[in-house]
Amino acid sequence: MENKEIIEKVNEFLIDEFELEEDQLVPHASLKETLEIDSLDYVDLVVIIEKNFGFKVKGEDFATIKTLQDFYNYIINHAQTN
Amino acid sequence: MNRVVITGMGIYSTIGKNIEEVKNSLYIGKSGIGFDPERKALGFRSALTGILELPNLKGELKRRQRVGMAEEGEYAYVATVEALKQAKIDDEFLDKFDVGILYGNDSSAKPVVEANDLLMEKKDTTLLGSGAIFQSMNSTITMNLSTIFRLRGINLTVSAACASGSHAIGMGYYLIKSGLQDIIICGGGQEINYHSMASFDGLSAFSTREHEPQKACRPFDRDRDGLVPSGGAATVILESYESAVRRGAPILAEVIGYGFSSNGDHISVPNIEGPAKSLEMALRDANVKPSDIDYINAHATATPVGDLNEAQAISKVFGAKTPYISSTKSMTGHEMWMGGASEIIYSMLMMQNSFVAPNINFENPDEFSAKLNIAAETIKNHNIDIFLSNSFGFGGTNSTIIVKKIK
Repeated sequence: MENKEIIEKVNEFLIDEFELEEDQLVPHASLKETLEIDSLDYVDLVVIIEKNFGFKVKGEDFATIKTLQDFYNYIINHAQTN
Repeated sequence: MNRVVITGMGIYSTIGKNIEEVKNSLYIGKSGIGFDPERKALGFRSALTGILELPNLKGELKRRQRVGMAEEGEYAYVATVEALKQAKIDDEFLDKFDVGILYGNDSSAKPVVEANDLLMEKKDTTLLGSGAIFQSMNSTITMNLSTIFRLRGINLTVSAACASGSHAIGMGYYLIKSGLQDIIICGGGQEINYHSMASFDGLSAFSTREHEPQKACRPFDRDRDGLVPSGGAATVILESYESAVRRGAPILAEVIGYGFSSNGDHISVPNIEGPAKSLEMALRDANVKPSDIDYINAHATATPVGDLNEAQAISKVFGAKTPYISSTKSMTGHEMWMGGASEIIYSMLMMQNSFVAPNINFENPDEFSAKLNIAAETIKNHNIDIFLSNSFGFGGTNSTIIVKKIK
């Protein structure tokens, strides 16, 4: 899967499942403060990532993911190794 | 002691998705029962059920507010929005004053079954998602609604089988009467999905008159052959009279009596003494005589023994001359955890509009129902000043509520 394709897919489920607006999805957006993704939402992100990319995110990995760009990078790296 | 009044009502049921629709259905004796082919394919003995679609809350509630809500919670949300609106309670009021919630619910089977199925498949608990736990608990309705409406008063679920909704109102009545709370959202919610009804179907308690679903539920009729499971949610706003007057809320009626008892007997077969005791206690609490009651909303689910014993309990307390009686379950099916609350609303609508809703499908009485004044057809222009509503449940839990018109 190309990086662009991964980013598009992530944006798609953030819009569809998390009901975020497209213009909120800028790379430097903070997951917690700007996108208001809380600790319970992380559980649902694990479910969606598993469904879309076939790998399981470890809960503790979210500690290093601060911005949407971090999130894209994390998925790009893991999707390629899986 | 405070007087306790009803200042708002809301409902989402198989015979209407709001108060107005339900009032019209009650008047014409409309049935909400249908046939569910999926149940037949799954080996159900009876595929009869109340038919009700899920409300669409996307756009109305945020994702986080929806993911923890099971089916019955969604019904309860819609019913509660309607009830709060009628009671003139808005967000600003909820932010300033303590409002409680006491809701009847006794299962949330579908999320439990689905989470278990997913666990077997994935072997990973995180993959069950964040909403499963909040959907799965019996208190799913109160935990979700108290969060959505930012409630700061009493917050608990009443689980008492098919008397849950009635006891929730009874408990709310006591808390307000004793001055511990001014306003409480009371009600009952019931899931309809097959997951919740499979084991009950296994007891052969459901009607199998599948060729004519709308005639299947026949409370008090000689040829009744069982209940029809159903569901939805019903909310009443209970409030102290003083609070209602102070804020200019509509005072719809007064709750004047609550009676309860436990049979101390069989787990599923009701008796006569327990319900009679509940009826007598409610009449004493309300300080009224049986002859003061203008209408009885019977529990009668259309099981052979249940109706038989309720008929005898009513005769025992009311004697040879009973007021008009109907079981609205003939139209709605058995709304179980919701029924005790919805039947207060059905009776309220009859009181407000001076009619008695029919006990449809009552064609021939049995030995004991013959002694009751059962309304087989809609009784028009019938004044109701005081009504009584019975609810009984597994384990022999009984609840009776008496409500009086405000003049």
